[in-house]
Amino acid sequence: MRAAVVVFPGSNCDLDTHYVLKDLLRIETELLWYRETDLKDYDLIVLPGGFAYGDYLRAGAIARFAPVVQALVEYVERGRGLVLGICNGFQILTEAGLLPGALAPNLGRKFLCKTVKLRVENAYTPLTRLCREGELIELPIAHGEGRYVAPPETLAKLKSNRQILFTYHGENPNGSLESIAGIMDETGTVFGMMPHPERNCERLLGTGDGLKLLQGMVEEVLA
Amino acid sequence: MKEFVVRVLVEPKPELLDPQGQAVERALKELGLTTVSQTRVGKLIKFKLKAVSAQHARERVTEIAQKFLANPVIERYSVELEEL
Repeated sequence: MRAAVVVFPGSNCDLDTHYVLKDLLRIETELLWYRETDLKDYDLIVLPGGFAYGDYLRAGAIARFAPVVQALVEYVERGRGLVLGICNGFQILTEAGLLPGALAPNLGRKFLCKTVKLRVENAYTPLTRLCREGELIELPIAHGEGRYVAPPETLAKLKSNRQILFTYHGENPNGSLESIAGIMDETGTVFGMMPHPERNCERLLGTGDGLKLLQGMVEEVLA
Repeated sequence: MKEFVVRVLVEPKPELLDPQGQAVERALKELGLTTVSQTRVGKLIKFKLKAVSAQHARERVTEIAQKFLANPVIERYSVELEEL
């Protein structure tokens, strides 16, 4: 199995994600520059957090036209492997049309940087297969544009297809529609979440809850 | 070739809560503009464009605005052209 973590100008947590995949989960993992277009060797591709292109215009708006994202559209169409967008990666995937809905500025107008509780809404997906349905996990968030919004027909589809993976538990920090924190696409191969699993993969950094999400993706590929 | 000044105005869709607009509106009221309502904060993207005709320019810009300058899930836009 081979994994790639995409690096845009302005990415962050790319090295953390690389560390988790390579050193904690022992998967061959490469950092992939955003100009790359050859993705066929990878079974799992992660778009990390950060502020690609400075979030100019809208978060993810310019990054979605980067060569690697154009190649990613074809990668998804062919069903080559799994894709995970974390935070800015989630924003890029929605801008690229690979995930439904959009991420608008936080309702409270502030950039949020804190640990939140999440409820696992669907435990039968590659990302959540090591979680229990309804389980509460803790992950950090760090975003200014994390308010998930979608038109009513999209929300209805997300619900009927069980594409909602995580919701904020207790407080809804950014005003997201129905407290949505993470979703997947219809094919169950593209995943997006605002919280950062890679920042909580070891006991030293908290509960370590993020590890089982990335481990789930890896186990899905190896299964 | 003609040359145009293009202004693309992007604003949050009416159904989307605009916290920035709300904050600006509160300040406008405090500054004495008490009858203000429905304040929205958007973006102006302005550039010069050479094109064979106004119609051609408008078509190209509209296509790009739809795809790139605005996110149709959360924003709406309008295109203004001014021939130089």
